[in-house]
Amino acid sequence: MPCPGSDFRLSVTLGQPVPISAELACGGGELLALVGPSGSGKSTLLRLVAGLVRPVQGRIECGSACWFDSARGLHLSPQQRRVGFVPQHYGLFPHMTALGNVMAGLHALPARERAARARQWLARVHLAGLEQRRPAELSGGEQQRVALARALVGEPSILLLDEPFSAVDQVTRQTLHLELAELKQELGIPVILVTHDLDEALLLADHMTLLARGHTLQSGRPQAVMAAPVNAEAARLLGMRNLLPGTLLRHDKTAATSWIRAGSVELAAALAPDLDPGTSVVWMVPPGAMRLTAGAAASPADSLRVCIHSLLPLGDSVRVSASIPGLGAPLYLQIQPAEVAALNLQAGSEARVEFSRAKIRLLRA
Amino acid sequence: MNSSGLDFTALRLSLELAGVTVLLLLPLALMTARFLAWRRFPGKSLLEAALAVPLVLPPTVVGYYLLVGMGSGSWLGGWVERITGQSLVFSFSGLVVASVIVNIPFAVQPMQRALEAIPGEVRDAAACCGMGFWRTLLTVELPLAWPGVVTAFVLTFAHTLGEFGVVLMVGGSIPGETQTIAIAIYDRVQAFDYTAAGQMSLLLLVFSLLVLALAGGWGRRIGRRDALPRI
Repeated sequence: MPCPGSDFRLSVTLGQPVPISAELACGGGELLALVGPSGSGKSTLLRLVAGLVRPVQGRIECGSACWFDSARGLHLSPQQRRVGFVPQHYGLFPHMTALGNVMAGLHALPARERAARARQWLARVHLAGLEQRRPAELSGGEQQRVALARALVGEPSILLLDEPFSAVDQVTRQTLHLELAELKQELGIPVILVTHDLDEALLLADHMTLLARGHTLQSGRPQAVMAAPVNAEAARLLGMRNLLPGTLLRHDKTAATSWIRAGSVELAAALAPDLDPGTSVVWMVPPGAMRLTAGAAASPADSLRVCIHSLLPLGDSVRVSASIPGLGAPLYLQIQPAEVAALNLQAGSEARVEFSRAKIRLLRA
Repeated sequence: MNSSGLDFTALRLSLELAGVTVLLLLPLALMTARFLAWRRFPGKSLLEAALAVPLVLPPTVVGYYLLVGMGSGSWLGGWVERITGQSLVFSFSGLVVASVIVNIPFAVQPMQRALEAIPGEVRDAAACCGMGFWRTLLTVELPLAWPGVVTAFVLTFAHTLGEFGVVLMVGGSIPGETQTIAIAIYDRVQAFDYTAAGQMSLLLLVFSLLVLALAGGWGRRIGRRDALPRI
């Protein structure tokens, strides 16, 4: 039975084909984004939810129904779970019309009623009039809508979307994003979206789970995850550019500061009491946490002298690559062309970078 | 036997043998092809090689093993003789068994290739649509693998009509029982009746050409209609 408004919970391990050890949770009417690089096990995890792959251990529940429980030897088939699944390339039946594809998602009803419901869903995804077209005669966006209608026509307990927007153009993608956001609210069932696009996750998701090598790295509200990655690997996966090596020296709790050695200088960062002094850390400088200046340092603990390595115009801004003496990794800044002129920046020149201490985050290396 | 023209008894026997072989073999070959197309297991290559052996062995060698394997002294031949009171070799039933075995690669391989070409996502979607085994087989797999099924049908039917070595070894040349049209042609040539041999040969040639052309055209038309969507 469908479980609108109910929660989905998963905690599983799998050995083959991709080692997986993951925990997921998604409420009814919410969208959970599974984010991670290629090969991180996102799609396999979705197939686990659908019942297409059997986990080694764990438990999968949707509402009051238990779909998998290794302790009891319970494993419901995809047919028994009633999942709405949109595969990455839609998995449309090429020999059926759009109407036939959507009707295939219905059972145990007279053909006339199945056709009527399929037509309603095709109209709902804005495909009225294209019922008799075969998948090969539809555009990528139209195929995606047929797949979505087919997934939803049977009133599933959960909707699973495997990178559904990866094969459509930018304009179609934006339209589909809006439609999915509307649908999510109307349906009231958990929606799990696999994506490698962070912007998509930020736009659509209520929760985000970051996966790497089959393991759950971090879960939470997308903005919270983006603002506070749990470690350097999570920060890299979230596209953070300025992740620099250092050594934690000491904590100063009264000043809410942790001190690190970066190359040949000492720098102040936001207090990270969980990390032990003497350990190797990664200090992360988010965009907006630093600026280039030409003058003397107001606070030496919050600034570094850098050597400008390159200046690359990108759109209406300039990407500056700077090297820090004694530190292997470069520092990247995005500034306005006017600043380049005002600071007289050029490749090989020196400048000073000032940091906003409270925004410099220390992460486990 | 008709000594001055077409041997209709042999022709009817050949058509019966081909029809029964197709009816028995195709469902079994479809299930085997399904299994081989989507399952990975240790020894898969060995099994595929074993099923393809009739393609490369001389028909007389296959015929010899079948003759020995189905003879009264064998487990299978003895069992059938006890049950039916009839010998499996030199009988139509024995020809059917031999024909089914010899045609396994002609039936399995085209269907296996066609089933392998069905994207995994399509089968996943069918399962998530709630389709069970039979519904998926009948409404998704068979329509998509239809060109392969047609090819398997045509190859099995045509190959059975033209089979000579195995039929001669297992069935001999008993008119009305095991003398197929291919054997009848051989017998006519041995008797210097080139007119009858020529007529029967021409009939087989035209029939084979027609069937292959029709099946090829049908397969292409279905292939175009059911082309996978461009994404």
